[in-house]
Amino acid sequence: MPRLEFSLDQLRERALFVRRDIIALLARSQSGHSGGPLSSTDFGTALFFHEMNLNPERLDDPQRDIWHFSIGHVTPVIYSLMAERGYFPLADLLGFRQFAGHLQGHPSKHDTAGIEVSCGSLGQGLSVACGIALGSRHDGNPRRIYCIMGDGEQQEGQIWEAAMFAAHYRLENLVGIIDYNRKQIDGDVQDVMGIAPLADKWRAFNWHVIEIDGHDLKAVLDALQEARRTQGKPSVILAHTVMGKGVSYMEDDYRWHGVPPSVEQAEKALIELGTSLDAWTRRLQTHATRRVAPSANGAAE
Amino acid sequence: MNPAPAGSAPAGSAPAAPAAPATLAKPELKRTREGFGHGLVELGEKRPNVFVLVGDLSGSTNVNFFAQRFPDRFIQVGIAEQNMMCVAAGLAATGKIPYLATYGAFASCRSADQIRVTVAYSDLPVKIGGAHGGISVGPDGATHQAMEEIAIIRSIPNMRMIVPCDYWETRKATVAAADDPHPDYIRFGREPVPVVTGAESPFVIGKANELRAGSDVAIIACGVMVYEALVAAEELLARGIAARVINMHTLKPLDVEAIERAARDCGAIVTAEEHQIHGGLGGAVAEAVVRSHPVPMEFVAVHDRFGRSGKQEELMAAFGIKSPDILRAAERAMARKVRR
Repeated sequence: MPRLEFSLDQLRERALFVRRDIIALLARSQSGHSGGPLSSTDFGTALFFHEMNLNPERLDDPQRDIWHFSIGHVTPVIYSLMAERGYFPLADLLGFRQFAGHLQGHPSKHDTAGIEVSCGSLGQGLSVACGIALGSRHDGNPRRIYCIMGDGEQQEGQIWEAAMFAAHYRLENLVGIIDYNRKQIDGDVQDVMGIAPLADKWRAFNWHVIEIDGHDLKAVLDALQEARRTQGKPSVILAHTVMGKGVSYMEDDYRWHGVPPSVEQAEKALIELGTSLDAWTRRLQTHATRRVAPSANGAAE
Repeated sequence: MNPAPAGSAPAGSAPAAPAAPATLAKPELKRTREGFGHGLVELGEKRPNVFVLVGDLSGSTNVNFFAQRFPDRFIQVGIAEQNMMCVAAGLAATGKIPYLATYGAFASCRSADQIRVTVAYSDLPVKIGGAHGGISVGPDGATHQAMEEIAIIRSIPNMRMIVPCDYWETRKATVAAADDPHPDYIRFGREPVPVVTGAESPFVIGKANELRAGSDVAIIACGVMVYEALVAAEELLARGIAARVINMHTLKPLDVEAIERAARDCGAIVTAEEHQIHGGLGGAVAEAVVRSHPVPMEFVAVHDRFGRSGKQEELMAAFGIKSPDILRAAERAMARKVRR
């Protein structure tokens, strides 16, 4: 089961499911991050349900593309994408951050099958992706490597060590995606430690830079295609997003970076997202089996 | 386990190795970093999945040997140790066995977070070559004299920590690490140091080697201090004291059995290391000893201070880690033995 190549309508619907999953699992765990997962949901869904060749049935499939979230704190969206894609039962999402579950607060290779490399300390993921890209190229493996970064994370020096490395070794099989939601835990990125002009910085490091609206799924797919066509250098997609996207009271508010909604707030969010906390929790609990293929009309139930 | 209960000669010494005590006074000198470099070439020939990364220190870590032979598996990373550690992790995730080389001061401290979070938490078989370990680096001074690696690396789950004693052992540790599915840190030095083992000497990660038999006091040493321990043991013998010398080349996993046996048989232990006194070999041995068989211990190590510029020999003397320091420590430890 390689690329699913969902249609835009199917992607939109799946992204909606992912947002509902995020709220429902955070309502249950009462611990974890809300803002970043919701801002990375759309391009994340495009990656998992259209762009990437994935094989949840055979995790060591050498043909698989590689995804690596350098922003380990967005586990709610990572785990939702994994469960929706069939890596593990949806019901497992309700064990997020709990001792008995297999879903750690930050991705852990030895706890969650499908995580390639554990992460959680910001700034390290792009380097890991560089190593995978270089190793894959050495093997003649045509796979592509996707590394998702945060905008606040751009403040880490190691990002720029890796940026230099990837361009030096012309890792054209590597795509960086930056969730440019302009917020970090202490406030607006511009106020905490400005990163602008970000596109110019990446261009200066010899990367091919693509700037898009990170919630426009068509633009995301086009950007990923443009990255595929780019030769001789790595590509980075600056995905302009809104922190907390899809939940009115969270949108564009940095205070939602690192906290979960209360049960009451989750109820409100899920009504905005067209369901209810009870209904969606039940959906997670009862869909214990792997379910990955798109239905004919895009309706997944 | 316990290799042949050795006499005064190094266990299993090969023709290449000098026989004690004749050559203890004038030993063959060889660089441990060359052992690393030659070990990598040996691996490169045998294993197509061995890669080598370096942070702009090809010559001084001797990975240039590998680079010349296997340029397609040699990756220059530039002066970016944090990136190098994680690139190595990524390579390991694609089934490679990456060795990386930089100075121990940078490998263990500057990229400690990368070792902890990316390499060790994922338990990836990244092999870290920490060059220029210890105060014996000499003139470069405190910033480049790595004396904290054992404490740092030993405290991180999944890590293995190896401090070979000479050229041959560094070479063997380098080769052996490729068979270890876990991350390893191999610490070696810059200057030529006495050769005390041979090409055929046994080496198994995690299994200490007894180089000299004795039951009056046990000297447990690692790295270049193994030679100093042998010299001290020879001096002690002249005073009628039979010192057991144990080469504890692996700090983690620690050969607890050899330590317990030494405590039981000798009743007093001296540890000797070219490392800070806190958290190093002495600390590791003490943790094992107090659990099973508490005996008097003395610690020959750098006493919680930074290094400084100077010649190898004068620095080791000034910081109290030469054979006379071991000898005095042995006498102190023995004097504290509880008499029946």
